[in-house]
Amino acid sequence: MTLPLDALYRDIILDHYRSPRGRGAMDSPDTTCRGSNPSCGDELILALKIRDDKIQQAQITTTGCAISIASSSMLAEIIEGKTLDEAIELGETIRGMMRNEGEPDELELGDLDALKGVRNFPVRVKCALLAWVALFGAIKDYREGNTRGAVSITTE
Amino acid sequence: MQGATAAAGAAANTSQGLDVAKLRADFPILLRTINGHPLVYFDSAASSQKPTHVIQTLTDYYERHHANVHRGMHTLAAEATDMYEAVRRKAARFIGGVDPSTVIFTRNATEAINLVAYSWGEQNISAGDEILISVMEHHANIVPWVRLCEKTGATLKTIPLDENYGLDLSDIDTLINKNTKLVALTRMSNALGTINNLAPIFKKAHAVGAVTLVDAAQSAPHMPTDVQELDCDFLALSGHKALGPTGAGILYGKAELLDNMPPFLGGGEMIELVTFEKVTYNHVPHKFEAGTPAIADVVGFGAALDYLMELGMENIREHEKEITAYALDKLSQFEWLKIYGPADVDKRGAAVSFTVEGAHPHDIAQYLDSYGFAVRAGHHCAQPLMKALGVTATTRASFYIYNTLSEVDSMCEALAEARDFFKV
Repeated sequence: MTLPLDALYRDIILDHYRSPRGRGAMDSPDTTCRGSNPSCGDELILALKIRDDKIQQAQITTTGCAISIASSSMLAEIIEGKTLDEAIELGETIRGMMRNEGEPDELELGDLDALKGVRNFPVRVKCALLAWVALFGAIKDYREGNTRGAVSITTE
Repeated sequence: MQGATAAAGAAANTSQGLDVAKLRADFPILLRTINGHPLVYFDSAASSQKPTHVIQTLTDYYERHHANVHRGMHTLAAEATDMYEAVRRKAARFIGGVDPSTVIFTRNATEAINLVAYSWGEQNISAGDEILISVMEHHANIVPWVRLCEKTGATLKTIPLDENYGLDLSDIDTLINKNTKLVALTRMSNALGTINNLAPIFKKAHAVGAVTLVDAAQSAPHMPTDVQELDCDFLALSGHKALGPTGAGILYGKAELLDNMPPFLGGGEMIELVTFEKVTYNHVPHKFEAGTPAIADVVGFGAALDYLMELGMENIREHEKEITAYALDKLSQFEWLKIYGPADVDKRGAAVSFTVEGAHPHDIAQYLDSYGFAVRAGHHCAQPLMKALGVTATTRASFYIYNTLSEVDSMCEALAEARDFFKV
């Protein structure tokens, strides 16, 4: 029989999970945000280097599940070179997609399209959104001049 | 993966006291399939499944007997009151034979502990006092005390873990001192399975005049409970983990403590006389049961207690020791799997927490679910414990009366597959 797991753990997701991009802490980041998922205890730290309003580099530290690692790996890969506005717009698209509020085009999403399968597993949607929520927190903190010290945000 | 018949067949020889194959037929939900596989329910530490006897009792109550309790003059009101109060006597027997008026119905163990924190706590705890709990407590036995400490200026102290996942009592004579006003401990850890020997600790607590509370949410469904033997002043348990419906639990308290405690919630039922200037309160237990209680759920909880007492709590404990020993043996053969909890089944219950090297507990639980296994993954409402263990989460398989050795076998097969699937 076809395992429902196949829809969740698509090959692209397992690939990102096994060789995640942008892994590890960053030296002197321009902004960071700690994202946490209170219902399961998972945490992730997203660090960004920003030049001229563009994201140069994203690094992630986490011990999360396969979905959370894959989603954060895809984030690190896709947001490099994007302006802060573009990054937020993409994040909103992903959040809308995961909440079944929109159906973005496959081509536009690239690897991120594989996250659509997570929608069939509602308890895992938070895992997929953790890195993106941290992205919102990190950019907000950067725009406010990093005035609040260590920024934390949750998926609740 | 096995089928329900295989599971039932193997069950016949698993236990001295329980006829597991026969009692499985009492649990309609065990006929369910999940993702095309027979349900294997290994999440009873979170909430147990319900036998037909309990489900039928709920239906029968609503179809034939329902009315509000304690206040009506009519026949149904009297029937409902009798049924509700009969469960109080039953619960009093279940926890070792106490005066039924010392048994208060709550929604669950969480509400029972909160009742103590708000009512007894706010009257008896002040700045400079100490409350002692342990690192292995469920949030239900942490958060109410943190809040009480915040409000009063008291200090929360914790008993650490020892290397065998038990309580490290090497500093107990410092931890329990003249400032200690309350010692509140779990009898069985929901995340580690550890059974704590509470009586010696409580003896020290009483020697300094402290009050003692047992969180029996995990232990009460799985082993005999005797509040005299435990030497406790309060005991909290949830019915829904013990075959009962959700929404019914109990708080036991010593009469002299309950008598002197102010009410928790105000409203109907808990009063003696009300004017706009002054209210005098009903006696215990009614003083603590404001408003219409969960009558049907309490009545259903009574049916669950009948079922458990008929099986015999000693027999249940023996069955669980056998299945837990079997599971620990099988799981410890996987060199990539780490078990968090005592190895000795005499010192532990049937909740087995583990992690799989290279795979997150969520992913393991998700994989097992695709084969019909219901296990828990996460922090098990015990974040300080997870921190002490150095993990953010574990996967937990917890067993109960209806689980079989062959179900454990098939979970181990699925775990080996999951390991391969997620291996980095």
